[in-house]
Amino acid sequence: MSTVTDVRTYRGFFTVTVLCLVILYAPLAVVTVYSFNASASITVWEGLSLRWYSDVFTGPESAKFKQAAINSFSIALIAASVATAIAVTAATAIVRGGRFWLRLPSLGLITLPIMVPEIVLAVATLIFFNAIGFTRGYLTILVAHIAFCIPFAYLPIQARMQGIDDTYEQAAMDLYASRAQAFRRVLLPLMMPGIISGFLLAFIVSLDDFIITNFVKGAGVETLPTAIFGSVKQGIKPNIMAISTMLLGVSVVMVTISYVVSKWDNTK
Amino acid sequence: MANGTTVAVDIRNAVKRYGEFTALKTISLGIADNEFFTLLGPSGCGKTTLLRMIAGFEDVTAGEIFLYGEEIETLPPHKRPVNTVFQNYALFPHMTILENVGFGLEMLGQSKAQARTRAGEMLELVQLSQFAARKPAQLSGGQQQRVALARALAPSPKVLLLDEPLSALDLKLRKAMQIELKHIQRETGITFIFVTHDQEEALTMSDRIAVMSAGELQQLGSPRDIYERPRNRFVADFIGETNLLDVTVDRIDGGIAECVLDSGQRLSCEAADSVAPDSRAHLSIRPERLVLGHDPAAPALKAQVRETIFVGTDITTLLTLENGPEITVRSSNSARGNKRVFAPGAHAFVAMEPGAARLLVD
Amino acid sequence: MAGGAPAPGGVASQTFASARNWLLMPSWAVLLVFVAAPVAMMLVYSFLTKEFRGGVIWEFSTGAYDQFFCNRGLFGDEPCQIEWTYINIFWRSIWQAGLATVLSLLIGFPTAYFIATRSEKTRALWVFAITIPYWVNLLIRTVSMKFLLRDQGPLNDLLIGLGLTEDPLRIINTNLAVQLGLYYSYLPFMVLPIYAAVERYNFTLSEAAADLYATKWATLRRIVLPAVKPGIVAGCILVFVPSLGAFLAPDLLGGARNFMIGSLIEEQFKGNAGNWPFGAAASMILLTLVLLVLLVSATQQRRTKGAV
Repeated sequence: MSTVTDVRTYRGFFTVTVLCLVILYAPLAVVTVYSFNASASITVWEGLSLRWYSDVFTGPESAKFKQAAINSFSIALIAASVATAIAVTAATAIVRGGRFWLRLPSLGLITLPIMVPEIVLAVATLIFFNAIGFTRGYLTILVAHIAFCIPFAYLPIQARMQGIDDTYEQAAMDLYASRAQAFRRVLLPLMMPGIISGFLLAFIVSLDDFIITNFVKGAGVETLPTAIFGSVKQGIKPNIMAISTMLLGVSVVMVTISYVVSKWDNTK
Repeated sequence: MANGTTVAVDIRNAVKRYGEFTALKTISLGIADNEFFTLLGPSGCGKTTLLRMIAGFEDVTAGEIFLYGEEIETLPPHKRPVNTVFQNYALFPHMTILENVGFGLEMLGQSKAQARTRAGEMLELVQLSQFAARKPAQLSGGQQQRVALARALAPSPKVLLLDEPLSALDLKLRKAMQIELKHIQRETGITFIFVTHDQEEALTMSDRIAVMSAGELQQLGSPRDIYERPRNRFVADFIGETNLLDVTVDRIDGGIAECVLDSGQRLSCEAADSVAPDSRAHLSIRPERLVLGHDPAAPALKAQVRETIFVGTDITTLLTLENGPEITVRSSNSARGNKRVFAPGAHAFVAMEPGAARLLVD
Repeated sequence: MAGGAPAPGGVASQTFASARNWLLMPSWAVLLVFVAAPVAMMLVYSFLTKEFRGGVIWEFSTGAYDQFFCNRGLFGDEPCQIEWTYINIFWRSIWQAGLATVLSLLIGFPTAYFIATRSEKTRALWVFAITIPYWVNLLIRTVSMKFLLRDQGPLNDLLIGLGLTEDPLRIINTNLAVQLGLYYSYLPFMVLPIYAAVERYNFTLSEAAADLYATKWATLRRIVLPAVKPGIVAGCILVFVPSLGAFLAPDLLGGARNFMIGSLIEEQFKGNAGNWPFGAAASMILLTLVLLVLLVSATQQRRTKGAV
């Protein structure tokens, strides 16, 4: 398109976009490349090797990282599932419950975990478990994750639900479906892309969390981020880069699924 | 009630309020079995609210609704033996056409196989069998409309509710569907309650029409009734096209009134019940019942032509009467019609067919 | 009523109104117990007396706030003079977060605008590219940044290789590194809301402005920016708020000299050296600051809405 007649585009914006992407991707690209370095030093390049990947699974720290990975993924799976179920019920009440005085307070409460800075939530949760005398460990991490995952699961579900015309449920009820049947047979299938997005977002947020986990984990219970953090404090080692690259892979897979789901349309 | 037949839906003193706002002001209506009944009115008149109250999507603030003698206003929608064709069709987008049509039967407890068989028959009725496996998004608007109709008819409801089902279709398709709907209604013998804001559609299809405005029933009657004997100014103005002239009523004798135009000219005409002598009223005259001519023979009105418009089937002439009021005359563009065309600025006389003028209050 | 809302203001969907209390119960239970109650408890703890091995003694005290704001001399018996240590840490954090926000806006706006003006197909790919880093573990991103910026890291190798500098640039453990870290952590939060706003923008308005003799930059400033302002405000909040309480970027990239609020708070709960009431008080002050920012922006948004 001619730049004379085109009023939409601005010269220079493309350059800035490229710069933006370079800043976003350069660190990740560098770490990915260096994770395949054969050298034991992180500064010298000695050629391609999968040495550090096998070190992750068989090296001296492998047991620690394996346990941390099991903890991380099991917590993310449970927390995201529970948070998604809670979010679906809450969204149904808020989007389809008519006007009621608890509507705004409910929305406020649900979004509270993203309003409060993470470090504050971490402190508050630690203090809470301390005050009620709950021993810190796997369970405290899980409970804290369920709570702060709720808004991340909720927002995509609410957005999807608001886009669904309520005449669909009315039509179902007009055709003799009870409320429960209308929910299960009509509303739930139509909400499914939102539910999957919400679940994936909650899952990744749980997997991602360092600060809250670091506060509420007991001695000896580690997730991947806390284990990596502990290791990095003593300097970046090549095996950390291998783990990082694998986690990067997990993220890319998740975001791809989420992208496909957002395009997926069960109405065609 | 037409011929004293069974009452299908009986609405008694139904009121609907949303907080301060009153959507329906105490409406009572009886809809006969096997009738094609239309609720007609401009948007915001309460017709859809009334329909949704019968379907069970709106609760009733006060009053009762009976369906074949059974009180239903407290039942949830899925316990009322009525089905709805929604304005936007509300076809379940994630189900196939066949699943959509069979849904109601399945909910009523029929087996999947039974529901499918019956759904297949219904699709045959609306001539869409070949689309059974498709999703709604793959169908055209007119096809979706027919699926919605098949879906609502499949459970054999006692009453079918139709909420402006044709409003999304283009003119040609709408005309075809009007005839098809009328045909299906006669074929199935199901009572249809049809909501529309399109007066022509209402006149075409209905056995009886309830004209509504501002949450109130304005007139209830056959299409002919409400077109030829509108009860008030709103109905006359809303149904078809009419000329409204301000007059003073001189005297009334046996339903025939003697009234005076502002120009001083006297006319006699049929008066609606509520017109009283010595009051101001409106004279309603349909444009097609006026005749243009050169003769000053009484009771013709003297006028000056403003504009002549050719609209294919008709010729419409806009004129200004003495003392200012404007009047429209329509003549058919046929051999039998009055094809006399007047140039703008020319003088003409407007004559009335006998019984064409009707006297109304607001 | 033909397709319209039956009552003034419209009636919210209410197909599941009768079940709403049951449906809300799980979320209320979890969030009241595990989010609202803990925040309330934190307020209580900030008014308790510290115990030396971590934790608290259940005795009312304003000591934590006193320690934050007052300098009472070596022995703690002098009248209150303003204590600048912690206020300075807060001030530096606000400044750092603000700078990161401005920087993100300067790069994020053109990016978002550029993406929103692509064809529908390529647009999805650009958004995808911006979203991926957001899904990548924050810790990993920060560690990657640390790796890249090291004295002997790839960035310095590149700069030396290009002959731009002889000695490695000292970036790590500086304010600049913290800036880059914050910016890198939260940039997608800036781009996505602005993108959403620009995508909704009606470009006929730009044509109308050009038709009325506006230059491109005048169009951008007078027409586009006001139209997408809600997206910009949302983006700024989404970057500023987490930056203010950030822990990983300052901790891993900033070193001891570039201490921010997050590290100050974290330190109070580490091992036995901490001071829980002081950490709770600092958290309360941070929370208050954030709520103020949210409140101001909410009223601002409402005002612009009312003006239209």
